[in-house]
Order: sequence, then C-alpha cells, then structure tokens
Amino acid sequence: MVVAEIRIELKPGVADPEGKNTKKALELLGFKDIRGVRSIKMFEIEMDADPAVAGRECEEMCRRLLANPVIQKYRVDLR
Amino acid sequence: MMREVKVCVLRIEGTNCEDETYQAFASVGALPEKVHLKQLLGQCPSDLRRELEDYDILALPGGFSAGDYVRAGAIFAARMKSGLRRELVSFVEEGRPVIGICNGFQILVELGLLPALDGTMSEEPQAALYTNDSGRFECRPTLLRQENGGGCVFTSELPEGSIVMCPSAHAEGKLMLPRGRQKRMLERLLENDQVVFRYVDPEGRYAGYPWCPNGSLHNIAGICNPSGNVLGMMPHPERALIWETHPDWTRWERRGEGDGLSIFRSAVRGVR
Repeated sequence: MVVAEIRIELKPGVADPEGKNTKKALELLGFKDIRGVRSIKMFEIEMDADPAVAGRECEEMCRRLLANPVIQKYRVDLR
Repeated sequence: MMREVKVCVLRIEGTNCEDETYQAFASVGALPEKVHLKQLLGQCPSDLRRELEDYDILALPGGFSAGDYVRAGAIFAARMKSGLRRELVSFVEEGRPVIGICNGFQILVELGLLPALDGTMSEEPQAALYTNDSGRFECRPTLLRQENGGGCVFTSELPEGSIVMCPSAHAEGKLMLPRGRQKRMLERLLENDQVVFRYVDPEGRYAGYPWCPNGSLHNIAGICNPSGNVLGMMPHPERALIWETHPDWTRWERRGEGDGLSIFRSAVRGVR
C-alpha cells in the first residue's frame, strides 16, 4: 500500500481571505508575531498500487477534481 | 395550444433552491420537474428513470451540493462528467437553454461549460468562482445591470442596460480567470458578448463592496457561453419572482412582478 499526500494550495498572487481572516483572529487571541497565514488543503489517499502508478493517478486526480488550475497548484508526495 | 416546455431542475444531496427554481419556471407556464441526478444516470427504480434529452431546458439550482466539499460545485460537476458528459454536450450543442444559479453557476464553471471559450465544454475549468474578498458568506439584495447585446436566450425580454434586483447569497462568488491570461480572456468574453450581468450601485455605477459582494473580476455577476444558451449567475433571480420580495416593495409603487421572473420567461418563450 502507498499513501499519497496531496497538498492543494493557492497559486502565488491569488488572494487568500481564509488565511487573512485566520491571521486576524489569531492576533485577536494575543498572538503578536505572525507574519502571514496561508490556508492549505491536504488529502491523504491510501492506494493499492505501485508507487509509479499511484503517482500518475494522483496527478490525474488533481487535474480532474482536486485542484482548479485557474487558482490552485498541487503537490503529490508518496510515502 | 402552446407547446409544453419541459424543464429539468436537477439536484443532488445538498441542493436547496430547487423549490424556488421549480416555482420560477411554473410561474411562466413551463412544466418543470425536480429530478435527482441518479434518475438521469439510471441509478434508480425503472419508473423513476429520466432522460436528459426529453427536456427542453436544464436548470442547476443553488445550494451546497455535496456539502461544497473539495470546492463548491466540484463534486456535482465530476458526477455529471462521469456519467452524463455526452448527453450534456449534445444538449448544449443543440442550443437548448441551460441555467446555473449560484451553486449552479459554480457547477457550470467546474464542468467547463462556462466560459467555454474554446468549444462547448473544456477539459479543465477555465475560470474559478472563489472565496469572496470579505472571506465570508454575503447575503443581501444586489443590483445587476444587464449587459448582453441580444445573444443570450435568458435575457431576450430584459433590455440591455436595465437594472434588476436579485438577492445574492454566497461565500464563493468571485469570478477569477487565470493570472497572466486574465486581460486577454476578459477581452474575449466581451468580444463574444458573454458578459450578461454586472453588479452596480443604485445609480448604475460599477461600484465596489458592498454593491459588489465578492470582488468579482470586472464586477461580473453572470456570464453566458458564446452561443448564449448557457447562463451562469451568482445572484438568485428565483428569489425575486413576485414584487413583494423586493426589499423596497412597501415604499415604491407596485410593479407587476419580481425582477427575476423575466429571465425564466425569456428562456421559455425562446423554446416556444
């Protein structure tokens, strides 16, 4: 079995209101040293496949559902 | 006798505006039916089986289909792509009207049926409806200026330049195009007469927040495909069917109907 960690994040330059709002809330709670907060989404996918096949399939999953290429980029890590 | 216009109001779990959308089409004399996607895919008892091609109009109502998981509209779009792609493409290519409202607009964008700059349905999304600039759910009446020059079947009875009130209620309604290609793609949308509704203030100016609830590119609230038979819009015309749903209805002289009704009537008359 392989476990793929798929990380979906916003492309550079795309505004991240969730990150911004989270930063504000954390600062209200007294955390003063925050330079920035970015929201990132992670999927962990367990697969019964060779790592090479799993990698290719995960790329395809990102392309077809998990990421919108207009605003998001993705990274697949197998372990 | 007038021809019967059958409307497929398509839903999955989490869709929640199907009743109002049904009512909208019923109010203008069409014959709507609320249909679950599984009925079109054959995952149902045989007496409930429906075929998309038996309908004249397809409506994707608002809501939070599949819990907005992954991205708003992405799961509904994936399920349609996997089992209904061919039927959907021929439905659109035959020129039959398709409207997606709010979550329905997000679904059309995720499907690649909008903006459809390079053919009926793109392989990957060409645009995104992303989190409002405010970072929160925005819910209030919004004013829309109709800017389509005549190609869109949903605005044939709504003169260019007229302003209508339709409520907005969404957290992800900011239209975005790929960075770097944004300017050129917007130019193409305008050249193709694809920009249908833009957010304005009461004076008809393209104003920022709160008149534009989401920070959308070019104040865009709704776009159609180049052929004009697929319309997606974030605000809800089906929540403005009667005059009494206008926020100022007690202050102003009564008008005959709500601002949203003509959008549905345009499409139904177009089919007839």
